Amino acid sequence: MSHKILSKKNLSKDVFIADIEAPLVASAAKAGQFVIVCLKTSYSERIPLTIAGTDLKNGTIRLVWQAIGKSTVELGNMQVGDEVENILGPLGKPTHIEKFGTVLCVGGGIGNAPLLPIAKAMKEAGNKVISILGARNKELLILEDDFKTISDELIIVTDDGSYGRKAVVTVPLDEICQREKVDLVVAIGPTIMMKFASLAAAKHNVHVVVSLNTIMIDGTGMCGGCRVEVGGKTKFVCVDGPEFDGRQVNFDLMMKRMQAYKKQEQQALEQYKHKCKIGLEK
Amino acid sequence: MNDEQLLEELLKKHKAGTLKPADRYNIPPQAMPQQDGAVRRSNVSEVAQGYSETQARLEALRCLGCKNAPCMEGCPVKIKIKDFIAQIVNGDFQKALDIIRENSLLPAVCGRVCPQEVQCQLPCTVGKKFKDVNMSVSIGRLERFVADWGRKQKDSSAPAIAAPTGKKVAILGAGPGGIVAAADTRRAGHDVTVFEAFHKPGGVMVYGIPEFRLPKAIVQEEIEQLKKMGVKIICNFVAGRTKTIKDLMQKDGFDAVYVGVGAGLPMFMNIEGEHLIGVYSANEYLTRANLMRAYDFGKGADTPIAMSKRVAVVGGGNVAMDAARTAVRLGAEKVYLIYRRSEKEMPARIEEVHHAKEEGIEFHLLRNPKRIIGNAEGIVTGIECLKYELGEPDASGRRRPVPIEGSEFTIEVDTVVVAIGNGANPLIGQTTPGLELTKWGNIVVDEKCATSIKGVYAGGDIVLGAATVILAMGQGRTAAAAINEYLKK
Ligand SMILES: Cc1cc2nc3c(=O)[nH]c(=O)nc-3n(C[C@H](O)[C@H](O)[C@H](O)COP(=O)(O)OP(=O)(O)OC[C@H]3O[C@@H](n4cnc5c(N)ncnc54)[C@H](O)[C@@H]3O)c2cc1C
Ligand SMILES: Cc1cc2nc3c(=O)[nH]c(=O)nc-3n(C[C@H](O)[C@H](O)[C@H](O)COP(=O)(O)OP(=O)(O)OC[C@H]3O[C@@H](n4cnc5c(N)ncnc54)[C@H](O)[C@@H]3O)c2cc1C
Ligand code: SF4
Ligand code: SF4
Ligand code: FES
Repeated sequence: MSHKILSKKNLSKDVFIADIEAPLVASAAKAGQFVIVCLKTSYSERIPLTIAGTDLKNGTIRLVWQAIGKSTVELGNMQVGDEVENILGPLGKPTHIEKFGTVLCVGGGIGNAPLLPIAKAMKEAGNKVISILGARNKELLILEDDFKTISDELIIVTDDGSYGRKAVVTVPLDEICQREKVDLVVAIGPTIMMKFASLAAAKHNVHVVVSLNTIMIDGTGMCGGCRVEVGGKTKFVCVDGPEFDGRQVNFDLMMKRMQAYKKQEQQALEQYKHKCKIGLEK
Repeated sequence: MNDEQLLEELLKKHKAGTLKPADRYNIPPQAMPQQDGAVRRSNVSEVAQGYSETQARLEALRCLGCKNAPCMEGCPVKIKIKDFIAQIVNGDFQKALDIIRENSLLPAVCGRVCPQEVQCQLPCTVGKKFKDVNMSVSIGRLERFVADWGRKQKDSSAPAIAAPTGKKVAILGAGPGGIVAAADTRRAGHDVTVFEAFHKPGGVMVYGIPEFRLPKAIVQEEIEQLKKMGVKIICNFVAGRTKTIKDLMQKDGFDAVYVGVGAGLPMFMNIEGEHLIGVYSANEYLTRANLMRAYDFGKGADTPIAMSKRVAVVGGGNVAMDAARTAVRLGAEKVYLIYRRSEKEMPARIEEVHHAKEEGIEFHLLRNPKRIIGNAEGIVTGIECLKYELGEPDASGRRRPVPIEGSEFTIEVDTVVVAIGNGANPLIGQTTPGLELTKWGNIVVDEKCATSIKGVYAGGDIVLGAATVILAMGQGRTAAAAINEYLKK
């Protein structure tokens, strides 16, 4: 079964959004789950990407990704009508959705994409949803309009102040927790952001959920490559997560482990870009 | 006298009925031709290259054709060993293959990977006579010879399929058990679909057991055969997540299900340092290397693996041997195998232990890791071990290893592969209410491989714990027979 790309566009220079045929995944997916994509059976690696939305009528799933390495750049180079050979999912435990009261949704960079379906579901469950979206600059901020329609309050921050407030997400997070009673924080973004968002929430004694993005292979609990330390115990992100209590996660260890293949990843990307340039691949 | 002349001589006597058991004992056991130990360190081609026709017939002549055939009792699927061996002597390899096929669908695989020395070859009369199991008739090698001969005939006919029954069977997991269950239920005329989580079918035979021991082409041929028979194979489908067993049966109209999802939950040692960069489960290490072809990284394959110089592998089974020998082929200069008992207790196939030693792997027996040491970047730099001695026998009858206090020592390594076994993956259990499990999470079945849910059958590693290809295959057969029976009603 192959998976045709039905629509695709840029959200910012290196960030793409696409709807891809995957009817079986679409009909089973819930907020918080992800897929593993393997572009070409013969040579590609398997990369995890969050399901950012589904369309049951067309049997498609929505993926949003940032082109940072060989596989995500290659996916970004694919066009409408092209086919991805393998999509496995939905994987991971769905987000626990219920009426908590006030839910603070904190997104950083590309993290806004996986956060959106969760924020939506929280709103539909009757929560008051306050969203804080952070980006390095205005050009990198994604999905602002979508968050506007589902949030009771929306705060934008950028590192350089080119849009919204000049601050990091933990600043408004801190303020809101002081201002009113927050029942749950959901933070998704770069690991370092999730670490500090968790510390900030912990300071106010608010429960915080983070979605981890470790390196994976099978995504079914078979290899242990995605393991992290949570509350002193080993957990597999693909089956025990991807969401965990942010106050319990050993982020420092996780950040180190994500550097494991840095050299090889750079080599793969350079080789690929070189091939594209000399026209061996599009 | 060369081998051909010897064979001619012996065959003459054999036909005249004058070849005595004593003559047969005198035939030298045929050694397996293999790639040179130094050469094969830098390739992934198969190590054991298979008997020639002359060798096979000489080896076959060593068989006494015992009336009580103790060897057959040792084979989990009861292959009629002396009968197929007799056909090798006659030179009728097709007949030999047909006899094997009555009981085994994957002879090219089992001939290569069965632990023969504890199965069919253990009770062999010839081995008993010499009081040495290594002197037994090489049943596995003969089985492989016949299977490989069959593969070369390029017989593309698919087995006969009964008229369509209108019944649908779902096979979860494309390992050896699933492949056999699919073939046998399809032959009975059912509409069969195999659902596999990975992007390639084959189970451990493609993601775990390396190319140099079991060429992927063999597994691929079996999969092609299934397709030719009209079995549908759907990859990238995780039963329990993409669809539950209940949905497959109630919404998609499957009348029976075989669960053959394997063990698939790697165990760690729970010691300090297991999160460091460079520490792998054997499953991850072997999956990267085999399924994802990390040995071709930068030369066409995109999945990376540690570029190790010094590797420690912990464990003493086939999985540990495979990981250690894979590390050698990935360019490691030094590979250590750390095992807490002695060599006698190693569960790996004897042949693999020999091959590992030939390839320069250094065995540290009666040693066990205490902690893994890393640097500031979180990268492995060494493994601290304790020395052990053998104490009283434990429940398994093997002498229990006990640590010697104060015997710590450190080996400098940059990679550690943990190969101490697999538990049951909880996914199917968690998503299938009413499915009875053992306290270790394995699925409970009766002698027909039926589970606690009507119409749902199971076999292989998810039932037996970590087992063998042939046992998984045997259960796939048993379950298929039961499913065929069940669907008649
Ligand atoms: C459950 C889960 C959900 C995810 N969802 C999304 C998503 O919706 N959109 C998206 O763009 N990305 C997502 N990711 C991250 C995504 O999987 C990685 O960006 C991707 O694997 C990188 O592959 P590559 O070959 O392009 O880059 P590589 O060459 O593998 O890596 C390039 C750079 O990215 C870093 N990197 C490697 N792996 C990851 C990773 N898993 N996460 C973050 N950085 C990494 C490396 O350190 C390196 O610097 C998710 C990860 C997980 C585990
Ligand atoms: C490295 C290694 C070396 C080995 N060496 C030997 C040897 O030399 N000799 C020997 O006899 N045995 C050996 N074994 C053991 C042998 O391979 C297994 O006992 C045997 O493969 C088990 O077969 P199975 O039918 O249970 O399925 P498996 O081979 O375990 O395959 C199960 C399949 O199910 C898939 N799956 C898992 N979960 C799901 C799901 N939820 N939905 C759909 N599909 C799913 C998996 O991806 C896999 O493809 C070895 C094992 C390993 C790991
Ligand atoms: S299937 Fe395995 S145990 Fe049985 S005869 Fe063949 S090699 Fe021996
Ligand atoms: S026990 Fe050995 S000698 Fe006897 S029939 Fe079996 S293989 Fe032949
Ligand atoms: S990705 Fe292999 S266990 Fe999680």
